[in-house]
Amino acid sequence: MDVSQPITAADGTPLKKKLAQAMFRSKLRATGLVVPLLAFVLASFVFPILALMWQGIHNDTFARLMPNLTEELRVWDGVSDPTEEMYALLVADLRQNRADKTIGKVASRVNQELAGTRSLFTSTARKAKKLEPPFKEALIKTKKKWGDIKVWQAMKLTNQSLTPGFYATSLDARYTVDQGFVMKEEKRQIYTKLFVRTLMISGSVMLLCLLLGYPVAYLLATLPLKYSNLLMIMVLLPFWTSLLVRTTAWIAILQSQGVVNDLLVWIGITGDESRFSLIYNMTGTIIAMTHILLPFMILPLYSVMKTIPPSYMRAARSLGATPTAAFIKVYMPQTVPGIGAGGLLVFILAIGYYITPALVGGQDGQLISNMIAYHMQKSLNWSLAAALGGLLLLGVLVLYWAYDRIIGIDNMKLG
Amino acid sequence: MSGLTKKIVALAGMSAFVAGNAVAADLTVVSWGGAYTKSQVEAYHKPWMAQSGHSIISEDYGGGIAEIKAQVESGNVTWDVVDVELSDAIRACDEGLLEEIDHSTLPAAPDGTPAVDDFLPGTLHDCAVANIVWSSVYVYDSSKVRNWNAPKTMGDFFNTDAYPGKRGMRKSPKVTMEFALIADGVPVSEVYDVLGTEEGIERAFAKLDTIKDDVIWWEAGAQPPQLLADGEVIFTTAWNGRVFNAVAAEDQSFEMVWDGQIYDLDLWVIPKGSKNVEAALDFVRFSTATEQLANQASWISYGPARASSVPLIGTYHDNAAINMADHMPTAPGNFANALQNDFEFWADNQDDLNERFNAWLAQ
Amino acid sequence: MLDGSDPFVRFKNVQKSYDGETLVVKNLNLEIEAGEFVTMLGPSGSGKTTCLMMLAGFETATHGEIELGGKPINNIPPHKRGIGMVFQNYALFPHMTVAENLTFPLKVRNMSAGDIQDKVNRALDMVQMRAFADRKPAQLSGGQQQRIALARALVFEPELVLMDEPLGALDKQLREHMQYEIKHIHENLGVTVVYVTHDQSEALTMSNRIAVFDDGVIQQLDAPVALYEKPENSFVAQFIGENNTLSGKVDSLTKGVAAVTLDSGDKVKALAVNTDAKGSRTSLSIRPERCIVSQKKTAGLSALKGRIEELIYLGDHIRCRMTVAGNNEFIVKVPNTADQLGLEIGAESYVSWQTDDCRALDFKES
Repeated sequence: MDVSQPITAADGTPLKKKLAQAMFRSKLRATGLVVPLLAFVLASFVFPILALMWQGIHNDTFARLMPNLTEELRVWDGVSDPTEEMYALLVADLRQNRADKTIGKVASRVNQELAGTRSLFTSTARKAKKLEPPFKEALIKTKKKWGDIKVWQAMKLTNQSLTPGFYATSLDARYTVDQGFVMKEEKRQIYTKLFVRTLMISGSVMLLCLLLGYPVAYLLATLPLKYSNLLMIMVLLPFWTSLLVRTTAWIAILQSQGVVNDLLVWIGITGDESRFSLIYNMTGTIIAMTHILLPFMILPLYSVMKTIPPSYMRAARSLGATPTAAFIKVYMPQTVPGIGAGGLLVFILAIGYYITPALVGGQDGQLISNMIAYHMQKSLNWSLAAALGGLLLLGVLVLYWAYDRIIGIDNMKLG
Repeated sequence: MSGLTKKIVALAGMSAFVAGNAVAADLTVVSWGGAYTKSQVEAYHKPWMAQSGHSIISEDYGGGIAEIKAQVESGNVTWDVVDVELSDAIRACDEGLLEEIDHSTLPAAPDGTPAVDDFLPGTLHDCAVANIVWSSVYVYDSSKVRNWNAPKTMGDFFNTDAYPGKRGMRKSPKVTMEFALIADGVPVSEVYDVLGTEEGIERAFAKLDTIKDDVIWWEAGAQPPQLLADGEVIFTTAWNGRVFNAVAAEDQSFEMVWDGQIYDLDLWVIPKGSKNVEAALDFVRFSTATEQLANQASWISYGPARASSVPLIGTYHDNAAINMADHMPTAPGNFANALQNDFEFWADNQDDLNERFNAWLAQ
Repeated sequence: MLDGSDPFVRFKNVQKSYDGETLVVKNLNLEIEAGEFVTMLGPSGSGKTTCLMMLAGFETATHGEIELGGKPINNIPPHKRGIGMVFQNYALFPHMTVAENLTFPLKVRNMSAGDIQDKVNRALDMVQMRAFADRKPAQLSGGQQQRIALARALVFEPELVLMDEPLGALDKQLREHMQYEIKHIHENLGVTVVYVTHDQSEALTMSNRIAVFDDGVIQQLDAPVALYEKPENSFVAQFIGENNTLSGKVDSLTKGVAAVTLDSGDKVKALAVNTDAKGSRTSLSIRPERCIVSQKKTAGLSALKGRIEELIYLGDHIRCRMTVAGNNEFIVKVPNTADQLGLEIGAESYVSWQTDDCRALDFKES
């Protein structure tokens, strides 16, 4: 048959067109069924994440609330002395913000760039009504700081709605008007350290979960049903207990006057005066998190191991492999999808953990998520929280990509 | 309309009616929990409910203005009255998150002194009315026999040679840095001047460095008495009312060291857009009357914010042998070397010092 | 290594119980000579697989001894027994290629790379799978996987190969093809094979001897021909091939011939194979192809009257279902010969057979 001639249906219309027509209704129905879920995912997941990412690079508080000054600041070169006109516009904006009760927002925003300027704005705004021209003199008379170029530079920075500043802060750098990005001094660096620590702790928790979870999952998959059911209940039991209860239980067990230390003292491993610090530090965080995340390792491993028939091990042994060799060379490679899934799951959950580290972490067991929570709840610097969260998300995506490259996401088995 | 539909509509209408009524009558009052909230429930909530006919839902929170901000900005305000710290009250007010409170409507003292004159200086603000003065002190357990003399000064808290062991401190630069400077010999009157300089901050951190390895950081007010009772720490900083409660209600033999105490205010605020503003205002007026403030002091050792309440302070509600006036931060014996928290300093420097504090912690 | 008198494999009074209450294998005695192809045949749950697993070392005998090459192997772990094994679902390692699967037993034996390559190639050639060496098992068809499993069990040149229903997952045509292939490999290599199946035609096709298992006991151990022609009890008679059963009571026993009164009242004679003396119940077994349907009684043969119930034309023969002595499932295979009798449904005729073809066995409720 001539290939260039399109095949037609019995009534003469091209077959492809006919097929599309026939499939249209079923396609429409399928789409209709998917739309609600898609909308839900978009609204509850994709949109908030995009909004979060956006907030990390965009903060228009200053530009929005200081509409008179904003244009002037934009054209200002950032190094020359601010003009009288700029001062006048500043006073006008301060008056307006005082009246609208929004001066606190402006002050907070500038204070994020330059510490110690909050009261400069709030107290000046209180007096702004009475100020008389020339405003430059008047302002500097009220607060000497208004003459400081740094305050104006900070305003110029915050005036920029689209800013890399928050991401810079997330990486312990500072974005400045005149020098661009500058690393903060050593003793003020915190976020990079916390990122590294978060990765380290998450990694350790993942490895510990694997070490502890693998034998348990193996038992679950190989024990007779009546024992494995009991074991499964014990694995799942923590799931039915509140996270806080489990965490506080660890406090009771691990604290220096706790069960473990009492036992060690009683046995004589350590003296009463030199009890081990097992909690309120990194050790405590790792122990408690490992316990809490263990089921997330065991279940994917179990679901993979359950599908491995015992005949593989038998085959390996009949072929001459010792039990150990058979286990390592035949059984373990087949559990790799489970190891990958469990590891990824535990790791991703671990880097986002914050309640447990907050309760048992002390000073060196805190994770980056504790800082995110801090900026969300205490300092109210949501843009910085968004930037930190954005970096964390990026980390997870990189991890996911690496996993896909090395093991292949198709090989992942969650259950 | 089918029978079932009718029923559903009727039911929905009824529940809406019930809910509408319930909202109008329920005031949500949010405070810090534990013995402190208990004292407020006994001294304020119960008599006010009896008098006004409204009911109160008491909620606990951990401080800060994040929740208020979230509620106000989302337009879904469920908190009606909140007990906040001074710096937070100022900040929230500046950001327009709070209702203004007209000071002239506050009840006068029994002798007729107007409220504005009766309240202690600095306790009334545009959006906030103080109810108590509380204090951060440090405390030890005198029942645990140790081979050292009882500590007397802030310096002792930092002296790990004479007093070896773990110390509890609040995980916040606020109070912690002031304590460090006081311990390092800065007179209380100069603490904030020193802390306002780079050298001062360095000096505070340097002092904190000397005990860093021995500190267990706490975050909730209920934690320090527990840490002390468990023997996890030998000293801990704490809020004086919580310590008093542990002593009076739980028979702990805790001793407070008042030297270098830092006192602060707790104030009532009303989130902007509260659905029960009138009732909330009524509650604030009622609870900050002379009698109620004095009453509260019989439940917990926080000082009333009104001068006229001070002479009315009686004994502990449960034990007539405990004269509450002696346990107030403002009692003469305790007040010798005291520092008032500078809200403006913290409003300005909170973010920056928090960041540096966290960085210091992470090192 | 064998001293002639000892069999290659020997089960001596072997018993096996999993729960301590019931015996899965009851007092098993079995001797297998080197180079033999012995099949353990039986319904599921008859204990045949358990026996195989005990031989392989994956199950321990509760009692008794298993010997291999004259030495007891009860306490030797599976990997030291040097027995090749083909599993029901092949058990090819899914994460290894075909070549790696075959290399595995050689590597654990620390062979040199060159030797390994040689042996792997030879094994693959044997099953004509050389071209598939680099594929993963999942990329092969069932029959191909089966060949690889076979090659893997043989590649390290074991003297004994165990096969646990290796053809169970294949379709009928492929299964038959593989039967011949396995048979030929066995003949060429001369290894001893112990084969487990529940498929009697498979057993008959391949084996030197067949052990028919039921209820944990070997019912009969014999060559295929003997098993079919001379079943020693009712179970074997019914399990192997098609069989007609008639129940009755022994009237007398003379010179190995039993006179039997059937439950219908008819009297017949049968070869007394496995029956007690006079008065005991017995089941008579007659193969369908040994019966003759005729209008009249044939001289010298036992005959019973029957009624034709159903006729199925099968080309080379006609399958005739009849009611004979109260049994309405009595089958006769009528050869398709030129002098076709006018068989008709409902017609009455005689069914007759040689007395030797009618075996009086132990009584079994049918």
